[in-house]
Amino acid sequence: PSFPLMGKTKDKSGPLPRRPDNSAFKQQRLPAWSPMLTANTVLPFFYLLAVICMLLGVWLLLLVQSTQEIKLDYTDLGNCDECFNLRRNVSNAAQTCSCRVEFSIDKTFKGDVFFYYGLKNFHQNLRRYMDSRDDGQTVGWIKKLKNPSTYCEPFAKDEDGVPIAPCGAVANSMFNDSFALTYHSSSGHRVPVPLLRKGLTWYTDKNVKFRNPRTDNLTLAQVFEGTRQPLYWQKPVYSLDPHDPNNNGFINEDLIVWMREAAFPNFKKLYGILNRADANFEKGLPKGNYSINITYNFPVQHFQGRKEVVLTTLTWFGGQNHFLPIAYLVTSSLILLTAVVLTVAWWKFGKDGKNMKE
Amino acid sequence: MNVRVGDIIKLENNQFVAADILLLCSSEPYGLCYVETAELDGETNLKVRQALSMTSDLGDVSKLMDFDGEVICEPPNNKLDKFTGTLHWRDNKYSLDNEKMLLRGCILRNTEWCFGMVIFAGLQTKLMQNCGRTKFKRTSIDKLMNTLVLWIFAFLICMGVILAIGNTIWETCVGRKFELFLPWDEFQSSAVFSGFLTFWSYIIILNTVVPISLYVSVEVLRLGHSFFINWDRKMYHNQSDMPAEAHTTTLNEELGQVEFIFSDKTGTLTQNIMVFSKCSINGQTYGDVYDEFNQKVEITEKTTCVDFSFNPLCDKAFKFYDCSLVEAVKQQESAAQDFFRLLALCHTVMPEEKSEGNLVYQAQSPDEGALVTAARNFGFIFRARTPETITLCEMGRAATYELLAILDFNNVRKRMSVIVRNPQGQIKLYCKGADTIIFDRLDPSSEDLMYATSEHLSEFAGEGLRTLALAHKDLSEEYYQVWQKKLHYVSTVIENREEQLAALYEEIEQGMKLLGATAIEDKLQEGVPETIACLNLANIKIWVLTGDKLETAMSIGYSCNMLRDDMDEVFVISGLTQLEVQQQLRKAKENILGLNRVSSTGDVEKGDMSAEDSVFEETIISEYALVISGHSLAHALEPQLEHTLLDLACLCKTVICCRVTPMQKAQVVELVRRHKMAVTLAVGDGANDVSMIKTAHIGVGISGQEGMQAVLASDYSFAQFRYLQRLLLVHGRWSYFRMCNFLAYFFYKNFAFTLVHFWYGFFCGFSAQTVYDQWFITLFNIVYTSLPVLAMGLFDQDVNDQNSLRYPSLYKPGQQNLLFNKRQFFLCTLQGMVTSFLLFFIPYGAFSVTLKDDGSDFSDQQAFAVTIATTLVIVVSVQIGLDTHYWTAVNHLFMWGSLIVYFAILFAMQSDGLFGIFPSTARNCLSEKSVWLVILLTTVVCILPGLVVSFLRVDLFPTLTDKVQ
Repeated sequence: PSFPLMGKTKDKSGPLPRRPDNSAFKQQRLPAWSPMLTANTVLPFFYLLAVICMLLGVWLLLLVQSTQEIKLDYTDLGNCDECFNLRRNVSNAAQTCSCRVEFSIDKTFKGDVFFYYGLKNFHQNLRRYMDSRDDGQTVGWIKKLKNPSTYCEPFAKDEDGVPIAPCGAVANSMFNDSFALTYHSSSGHRVPVPLLRKGLTWYTDKNVKFRNPRTDNLTLAQVFEGTRQPLYWQKPVYSLDPHDPNNNGFINEDLIVWMREAAFPNFKKLYGILNRADANFEKGLPKGNYSINITYNFPVQHFQGRKEVVLTTLTWFGGQNHFLPIAYLVTSSLILLTAVVLTVAWWKFGKDGKNMKE
Repeated sequence: MNVRVGDIIKLENNQFVAADILLLCSSEPYGLCYVETAELDGETNLKVRQALSMTSDLGDVSKLMDFDGEVICEPPNNKLDKFTGTLHWRDNKYSLDNEKMLLRGCILRNTEWCFGMVIFAGLQTKLMQNCGRTKFKRTSIDKLMNTLVLWIFAFLICMGVILAIGNTIWETCVGRKFELFLPWDEFQSSAVFSGFLTFWSYIIILNTVVPISLYVSVEVLRLGHSFFINWDRKMYHNQSDMPAEAHTTTLNEELGQVEFIFSDKTGTLTQNIMVFSKCSINGQTYGDVYDEFNQKVEITEKTTCVDFSFNPLCDKAFKFYDCSLVEAVKQQESAAQDFFRLLALCHTVMPEEKSEGNLVYQAQSPDEGALVTAARNFGFIFRARTPETITLCEMGRAATYELLAILDFNNVRKRMSVIVRNPQGQIKLYCKGADTIIFDRLDPSSEDLMYATSEHLSEFAGEGLRTLALAHKDLSEEYYQVWQKKLHYVSTVIENREEQLAALYEEIEQGMKLLGATAIEDKLQEGVPETIACLNLANIKIWVLTGDKLETAMSIGYSCNMLRDDMDEVFVISGLTQLEVQQQLRKAKENILGLNRVSSTGDVEKGDMSAEDSVFEETIISEYALVISGHSLAHALEPQLEHTLLDLACLCKTVICCRVTPMQKAQVVELVRRHKMAVTLAVGDGANDVSMIKTAHIGVGISGQEGMQAVLASDYSFAQFRYLQRLLLVHGRWSYFRMCNFLAYFFYKNFAFTLVHFWYGFFCGFSAQTVYDQWFITLFNIVYTSLPVLAMGLFDQDVNDQNSLRYPSLYKPGQQNLLFNKRQFFLCTLQGMVTSFLLFFIPYGAFSVTLKDDGSDFSDQQAFAVTIATTLVIVVSVQIGLDTHYWTAVNHLFMWGSLIVYFAILFAMQSDGLFGIFPSTARNCLSEKSVWLVILLTTVVCILPGLVVSFLRVDLFPTLTDKVQ
């Protein structure tokens, strides 16, 4: 589309009324900085970058080396394969099943030790799955409690029309295995390893995003009256944690952890933190034999998934993450190689390339 | 008005002629009437039209009522200078020609009224036939952009199909088994249907790859560039208070790609002001000023002019610096007096005396006007003309000359003469013409004078002046009577009339006595030769298309350096028949190719010639010029010859077309436009240039003396030809450069932004889950990244304006379409794809194993989204930083502003209080050191390859642009 620009000049008095202003902007003479890619700036920059990446990579690598991690796929490990087979059939869902897996660690896990459960091939990142939740309900709006959003379908209400709390596919499929870690000391004692089951979530999730409905002198159970637990759950949401009444309802930490949907099909989620207040585990997990008693509830064979537990110590940049240090080292060597090639090329051919030959 | 063919209408003085009409009678004697044809052909002088003698006495309504003639004529056409038809009236046939026609668009002058019969009305009039159709102009970048957007659309559909197929497979293999946790929707009957739905979901999600906002941004850029053109002081003309104006905002970047310029001559290259500057009379030159040491003095503004106050009828605007000529005239030197008498008599100028003593001359050519004006100031004032007499005022005394014959000018004769009987009763022939022609027809007695004069002439020509030689001859009564009878006889014969007339003229124009020579300066506009030289260096071919005579056009060609004496050959094509033209064209072409062929390839089959022409075009070192006249052009533009013409013209450095009609101008432009795939620009100032301006890719109007038609039809207008240089080499180049960089970056940005979803599809079961949150998708293109790229598109300068003008070769990349083409598009989208790949997979690699430093899991989708979004914004900002060559304050503001706004919005959106449902992912995520390690690594990896490539290009294979920087 064309539109004429004639007659746009302002009415100016003086002898030359239509003369354009002599401003730097209109005359395109704004003061400016014109950076140029010269060998003197680019090559040192490359070397510097290579050195920085190299140092970072080495440092991270050293840190990662100092961490310890143990992974245990218990899907059908040891006597868990009985439970695995039991869960193959949905009709057995009500039956309880527990099993035990054993492992040993060769070196003491120093410092804080974190206990994770992991799932493989479980797609928390499907669009319809991710949408199938009602954040209004879990933030504690009374209105939403009994009237969950249609996003939750088909897990919004049961066949009888009773609203589900918390509704949706995400909550419904919450991971419900539980673990008890035991240390077999060299003296033959079995010492239960104390795990902190609190402080697993982000502060904001626990205090802002997830809140229970206002109780107003009622018990939590009374508030949730008129709703039912998700179809696959064994316990209602207000009695998820029998030990701590403050960890029930929507602010249950396991629920919050689960509700933060993983970006990829293979993920791990925090289950507990070693309680180092216990004298036995003051310095971390001592080396020796351990066993985990698992209440095996979560079925994975339908989607060919795997379940695992992970014990790890951390550094300031997270767990045992080999990707970052290696990526940094690879990047740094590539930059260095490029820099050398560029230097040679510049030295041989380009040194007087910028001279005007006309 | 309801004018129909066959109506008889009355026109009054100074009215526009409303239709093409046959002149029947007028208020003036002999059915004469005067018209101004400036609107038609750009010529400002008056022209005479004469009615048939049979109809010239119908000047009365009752007589006209009885007029029942019948006209049979040619069908409507666009030839302004030809008309053939016959009038049947009272059982007689009268032949009609152009001299009896008043064409629509003319203005009636010096004629009280006239009656005419409408021959063509409305769209059939020659004026309308000459109007090129107005086309919607679009730039090649525009067209390319549309193609590319279609490609991108196809690419989008491809991605949709791939992901849909992936979804079908996934639902079959995995999703079916996952139904325990996520049952299929009721309406989702099968995996294939799910794939179908996924296709549409992905089309919606990935639609940001089709840059809708691009069109808006491009228009904003063009608007900005147009304003910069309007605001440019260096294209503002002080004298006429005329700034440059862009009338359209759609063509700016095309200004950076022009390969052919078609220029009008009069008023465009020249000021359209002719000045009598020197003369040689009787072997003595006048016009130069000497000081007391006999040294030539440079004529400047301060040099004192000759005082013409002795002459009450003088033209005040006329300036002459050499007093000795006035002295010579005043002292009754017969040679000097005869010299000016000749100038006052021998011409076809029409005088117009608006009030007593206020004479205005209407001259066919400005040269004649200048000569007659010179005579007027030196005391030989041409006052009036009738078909039979010419009245002068010689040194204050009125003198009437009986006009016996006019031996008119044409291109072959190159001279014109008048035969008059002076008040003393003597018969005299006065002749003026090209020097070579006159010198061949001189009396032996003038030989010495001839040598002296020809020396002066070459001196004048060396100064770029247009020269004419003047001669006269006394005729005896008897001789004239005999000749007169022959003339009378010859002018009634039908066959070979032209040749016989020419022979007869030749016979009488012999044995003349030389009077002297004149030198006229056709003032070129300021800076024209420099501009042309500069544009030539920028590889722009300039063709001059003019309605002027061959000689005038050529002399302008010489004075603005388009034609030079050191050129190998100047081909003049002036054949009148198709065959002649064909032969001339062929010969010229063979001449050029032949010479080169001998030196390069030897014998080549004739059939291969056209195939190899393009190669030859590059290799021809010798310089040729082509001058072609309108008649020949009419033939050369026929379909069977146009290729030959075009090939030949492109082999020549300079092409000048003279005597062309407005439509032919348009046809020439169209020819080049159609066959050369090059961007054409037409520049002109008159109404006769309008069709050319409309036809070319870009039309430029010079707002000069000739009215506003050209300016109104043009896309850009300014006051002086020399601004063209700045318009193309500075504004055009910048516009093109900016637009190309802008487009490349825009496509890059959109691909980098969007394709992340594509990669994510492979990890989320092709479920159309987006990576980023909705707000980010909405705001990315319009808030986070729009302004820095706009600032680059508006302000970037790779080379400043002085250097752009100093190194015209910088213009060439635009002509070769190097900065943005399909290859560049492919490269920038590839860069975008690679960036999106790295953007996705580096965080993926890190996130699949990472944890927060308080141990909580960290691979959640929202944190991943924030990390990728932040990285993306940083990467594209760094990239625009590298692409920007000219960092003004605005660039800084937009760039840093955008980043700040991104973080501000991010934290505001995800703050605890404001949006409880949106968790504070951003804070949790960005407070994590590992996230910054990921962002740093990704940024480095995404940016460095591009940096390496540009460094290699700039420092090892620098283009001229890089060198000039």
